[in-house]
Amino acid sequence: MSEVEYEAVIGLEIHVQLSTQTKMFCGCGLSFGEPPNTRTCPVCLGLPGALPVANEMAVHYGLMIGLALGCELAPRSIFHRKNYFYPDLPKGYQISQYDEPLCKGGRLGEVRIHRVHLEEDAAKLTHVGASGRIHGSDASIVDFNRGGTPLAEIVTEPDIRSAEAAADWLRLLRVTLRRLGVSDVNMEEGSLRCDANISLRPAGSEQLGVKTELKNMNSFRFIERGIKAELARQEKILRAGERVIQETLHFDPNSGRITSLRSKEQAHDYRYFPEPDLLPIAISQQMLDRAREAMPELPAAMATRLEQEHGLSAESAELLAFKDELGDYFEAAVREPVDPQAPPQALANWLITDLTGRLGEGQAPLQSRVEPGALAALVGLVAAKRISVGAGRSVLDKLVAEGGDPVAIVEAEGLGAMSDGDELAGIVAAAIAANADAAERVKAGNAKAVGPIVGYVMRETKGRADGGEVNRLIAQQLGA
Amino acid sequence: MSESQIIALSATEAAAAVIAGELDERELYGVYHRRAREHGGSDALNCFTWVSELSEPGGAPQRPLGGVPLAVKDLFCTKDVPSQSGSKILEGYRPPYTATAVSKLQQAGATMLAKTNQDEFAMGSSNESSAFGPVRNPWDRGRVPGGSSGGSAAAVAAGLAPWALGTDTGGSIRQPAALCGIVGLKPTYGAVSRYGMIAFASSLDQAGPLTRNVADAALMLRHMVGQDEADATSLAFPEPISVPDGVRLDGVRLGVATQLSAESEGAGGIEPGVAAAFEATLKLAQELGASIKTIELPHAPHALAAYYVLAPAECSSNLARFDGVRYGLRAEPGGEDGERGLLGMYTRTRHDGFGAEVKRRIMLGTYALSAGYYDAYYGRAQRVRTKIAEDFKTAFQDVDFIVTPTSATVAFELGALTDDPWAMYMNDYFTVPMSLAGIPAISIPCGLAGDGLGPGGNGLPVGFQIAGPAFSENRVMQAAHALEAAIGFDSAAAFA
Repeated sequence: MSEVEYEAVIGLEIHVQLSTQTKMFCGCGLSFGEPPNTRTCPVCLGLPGALPVANEMAVHYGLMIGLALGCELAPRSIFHRKNYFYPDLPKGYQISQYDEPLCKGGRLGEVRIHRVHLEEDAAKLTHVGASGRIHGSDASIVDFNRGGTPLAEIVTEPDIRSAEAAADWLRLLRVTLRRLGVSDVNMEEGSLRCDANISLRPAGSEQLGVKTELKNMNSFRFIERGIKAELARQEKILRAGERVIQETLHFDPNSGRITSLRSKEQAHDYRYFPEPDLLPIAISQQMLDRAREAMPELPAAMATRLEQEHGLSAESAELLAFKDELGDYFEAAVREPVDPQAPPQALANWLITDLTGRLGEGQAPLQSRVEPGALAALVGLVAAKRISVGAGRSVLDKLVAEGGDPVAIVEAEGLGAMSDGDELAGIVAAAIAANADAAERVKAGNAKAVGPIVGYVMRETKGRADGGEVNRLIAQQLGA
Repeated sequence: MSESQIIALSATEAAAAVIAGELDERELYGVYHRRAREHGGSDALNCFTWVSELSEPGGAPQRPLGGVPLAVKDLFCTKDVPSQSGSKILEGYRPPYTATAVSKLQQAGATMLAKTNQDEFAMGSSNESSAFGPVRNPWDRGRVPGGSSGGSAAAVAAGLAPWALGTDTGGSIRQPAALCGIVGLKPTYGAVSRYGMIAFASSLDQAGPLTRNVADAALMLRHMVGQDEADATSLAFPEPISVPDGVRLDGVRLGVATQLSAESEGAGGIEPGVAAAFEATLKLAQELGASIKTIELPHAPHALAAYYVLAPAECSSNLARFDGVRYGLRAEPGGEDGERGLLGMYTRTRHDGFGAEVKRRIMLGTYALSAGYYDAYYGRAQRVRTKIAEDFKTAFQDVDFIVTPTSATVAFELGALTDDPWAMYMNDYFTVPMSLAGIPAISIPCGLAGDGLGPGGNGLPVGFQIAGPAFSENRVMQAAHALEAAIGFDSAAAFA
């Protein structure tokens, strides 16, 4: 009997801090590391008698997110109170949305969207003591600066089938939100937070297995590793013939361990009811028009445009449009008036493969020392065969390290392609002489044996020789 | 002016006298300050929880209210002044800001004299649930002043303040006004900002005046209404509040609802003295030219049940912020078998800080909102509320105002109902329907029970309630003014 194959079923819940001027329900500015409890007022401290007033900009951003994700925008949505006691929740309830959210349905890429709603962030708790958790801590201190920051919660349908796909989709969501300009979408700083609902089922089954919720993974790497670890844990349980328990889990990226977060609080009854201090959000035509007008080009549309406008391959266009700020960089570079011109596809290849490969993880090309115009100039030189591909790569190394102008670097380093055909022919002849064995094998029809000869030429010319020209000369001289 | 001349002035008259230069603002303030200190403390009426330390008002008298002293219900947040909502859990709490309604009155020239005692978190109809002890009724100190704005009503009735600010959730201005023989107005929901009012039930709470006469109520209301950016449920009042001067009721159609009349069964035994005073007032209204029409408010008998689901539900959430973390009482966790840690701190703080009535309503409300019960209780109560509002709308197509006794009884004896919550809740029978509908209603004194008006008398004041459609305050007060003039009630009879 063959073993059951399991299929992963993953849905994501993403909390996005909206980059409004002020908090969700009061006039306090958002906090960027100010001293604790300096961005507070009676409303976000939950003082007696204080009342919330909904932030119009947050609603506007919520509508933009809804439009970007193809959601149905509710003409009338309402805020609910979600009641529970915790020291980071000064009113004893969070103002959120429940059965009438701002946006319903929708899709981004291959993943369907369940809903998008607005709510307020909790304050920040620090537990003093060895454990770092509330239980067993000596004291807990609360910073209300973050409390009341506007959040959009985006909930997907369980359409994701692997940890890698989850991370990839989240990247697409992040670049989409960044394009919208509604959030800093910085996972490390917590402006983009992701929980995953994870279950397994026998492949081909339509029925959903018991899910667990993996909380607050604060990088793409941790999301991938966390989901993988949880899938492995669940598979082990199922293969042992046991049952997965529905619970909330915490992934510790240092140990790779998964621990139960708060099983005691699973039984929460949040006693949702409509927030009587706020009116329903009624979306006017004017608000819709304003949101539509504010919509930038989204990644999918950008990919199509790049393909059509610059004749890029579909794959390159998608890579540029979907990944971080590659697209912006590309568009800045392709606009540069460089002579000789940089062919767009070559420019894309150099950007995607060569430049990105030389930058550290998480470093965007626009933040590097390589100016878009410099890359364009470099690609132009290579395309016009003014310098060889190898020399071009040396120049790029230099640009990444120090920045500067490729033309000046080529001149200073003497990397210009060898224009004197006779000189190159001489070096090729010397290379053949020095690699007689290889030359014999090439003559005998083994084209791959040419490597050592080419290598010799490149060493001698410090990479200035054009690879195509070298191969042509070798073939000519060997009569192969 | 002598002290007796000064306290005989209504707030409107006192403001006019100060502005005309006939009365020194300091003298006006001084008289009330002395009286408040002398008669308002716990050894007397116990109607104040705080009286200003200042024996003279600060600054020059301001127009248009000329520095007329104002007593403010404890639950209004007043900057650096104790604002405790009658609760031990907020004992000594001094907020960093002032409620919009109070600051608007101060900007118009009112001087804050005192904070008034109230039922804890405005939950009660007798002022006996206050953590600071019950208020005594100036007409008979063995009796309650009504509630929850009992301190405000008693202070005005006893002449310890020219006027006072109260709040009404299900009758908390109108019922104590009735039991203390003064005027109390609950405005249209949204007419006055709730910002800075320590919330009981957000969808019902509304600030309003408690005054000696209808003109004073209009003057105070004029300086309270208006849309407030800090309260999303506040609305701009569609017209200026005018000074009422009506003396006739010609052509006015008064509706008496079968379900809210002296004969209605649901009222749970209306006192003969109250019924007699109400009937006599109806007769008087007819003499002034009004017509009386019997109308139906079919869902009104269910108002109390709906109210005692909705208000506790909202309060169970509104009072969650009193958790010992940031302000007010914090009790140490533990005890013999108590919870430790955070949960222990929460439970001990709330156990020690809240009184029995507040705990009862938090539990009722928590239950009503619980998963599985929400539709049966909260959902159904909301539907009843909608029906009641529709009933009023329909009725107002046929009549201009709906009139009822404000309360089925006159002021009862201290302790008489404290062991019978349901009997206590019945005090709101005639006032709750208007609260659920969000419409304005005023209570004016219409006489003393048994004062030549019929049987069952004990010489205590009876209130007559006039309710109108949303934002009809000007018309309601115009009618109330005409009746008031004809009734000729002596509001100074209870002065301390």
